[in-house]
Amino acid sequence: MASSNDVVLLNFWASPFGERVEIALAEKGVHYDYKEEDWADKSSLLLQMNPVHKKLPVLIHHGKPICESNIIVQYIDETWQTEDPPLLPSDPYLKAQARFWADFVDNKVNFSAIWRTKGEEQERAKKEFIDLLKVLEEQLGEKPYLIGESFGYADIALIPFSCWFYAVEIIGKMNIEKECPKFIEWVKRCMERESVSKSLPDPHKIYEYVLELMKKLGN
Amino acid sequence: MGKDDVKLLSMWASPFCMRVKVALAEKDVAYEEILESDLMGAKTELLIKSNPVHKQVPVLLHDDKPVVESTNILTYIDEVWPAKPLLPACAYGKSRARFWADYIDRKVFPAGRNVWTAKEDDQVESARKEFLDILMYLDGTLGEQDYFNGDTFGFVDILLIGLTSWFPAFEKYGGFKVEDEYPKLAAWITRSYARETVSESLTSPEKITNFVGMMRQMYGIE
Repeated sequence: MASSNDVVLLNFWASPFGERVEIALAEKGVHYDYKEEDWADKSSLLLQMNPVHKKLPVLIHHGKPICESNIIVQYIDETWQTEDPPLLPSDPYLKAQARFWADFVDNKVNFSAIWRTKGEEQERAKKEFIDLLKVLEEQLGEKPYLIGESFGYADIALIPFSCWFYAVEIIGKMNIEKECPKFIEWVKRCMERESVSKSLPDPHKIYEYVLELMKKLGN
Repeated sequence: MGKDDVKLLSMWASPFCMRVKVALAEKDVAYEEILESDLMGAKTELLIKSNPVHKQVPVLLHDDKPVVESTNILTYIDEVWPAKPLLPACAYGKSRARFWADYIDRKVFPAGRNVWTAKEDDQVESARKEFLDILMYLDGTLGEQDYFNGDTFGFVDILLIGLTSWFPAFEKYGGFKVEDEYPKLAAWITRSYARETVSESLTSPEKITNFVGMMRQMYGIE
């Protein structure tokens, strides 16, 4: 049986991208070594394993690096099979939809403007964020998860951002559940899975982290 | 087995559409191309209905079901028509291909755009340097192989080759030549163009360069 140091995850505790990988590894019951990295002071291992982007997370399997969180999740799905449905649907059309929505999350989900700005700019950022959640609500429709009946790749891409909602609500003076109740239902449904609840940090810790970031930016 | 109904919504200058055409040709899949002809403005109803989120080409319609985003379309094509696979068989090989696909998608076209939209000399200089740094990584990953996929033309090759139809425009306005800077990469371009699937799918670089010249005039760059 492979020892846990055949699988190593280089990560930063607050990174939603790293959390995607943690969720996927937990879904597959994979044992691994976790190495906490400081993104402001990168280790030589990280620079060696991801020389092109020098970013986290990086999964190291049998000494070989896999980079970019969505690519890592696909690798995990293809390498470890369990009795549960795979993280990506087997039907090519549904698989394409799952990839589309994961890419959508990567390209569109960015609410840092809510704590980096004030006044009109902040109001615009808040509106854009809610509009985005409404698009995702439309995709959900009456389904329990983004692509269908099973928790999978697209849900994994999105759910880690939910632990930042508490910070967004306090700083932005918003109530996300009031604006997007279906979306929050989906969040709560995902959080019932142990793989998710054990992988995501406490939203209060994220809020403290955001306050630190704001202080550094002089806000 | 019944014949698949495959349509491609595309636009002649788009390197992202060219990629899909190469992939369909590599797989011998017959399709109908529907061109979005208005370059600057109004999008057709079919496009808006098929890609309501982004309203962009390319869109593959397979039995009227839309698949969007060129890299996603390529993956779909490879899965639906599995003969002559475009991706390596093993999970690690796939992850490397996807990594370079992501790199190419994020870096090449935006950096190229910085080159042809640069106005002042110092802007051109910095845009050229940025573009050549990206080619350095690609040249490094190609190494001594014939193709990015190894011995056979594959996924990453297809993603990059469409973009090379714009390279002469980047070279003209950036003041460099790929074959002087990265001869191995230039040889890969020549080798890939020798494939009929590529030469018949790509818009001629001359037409693209004229198109870029026209856009520079429109944007007041020259």
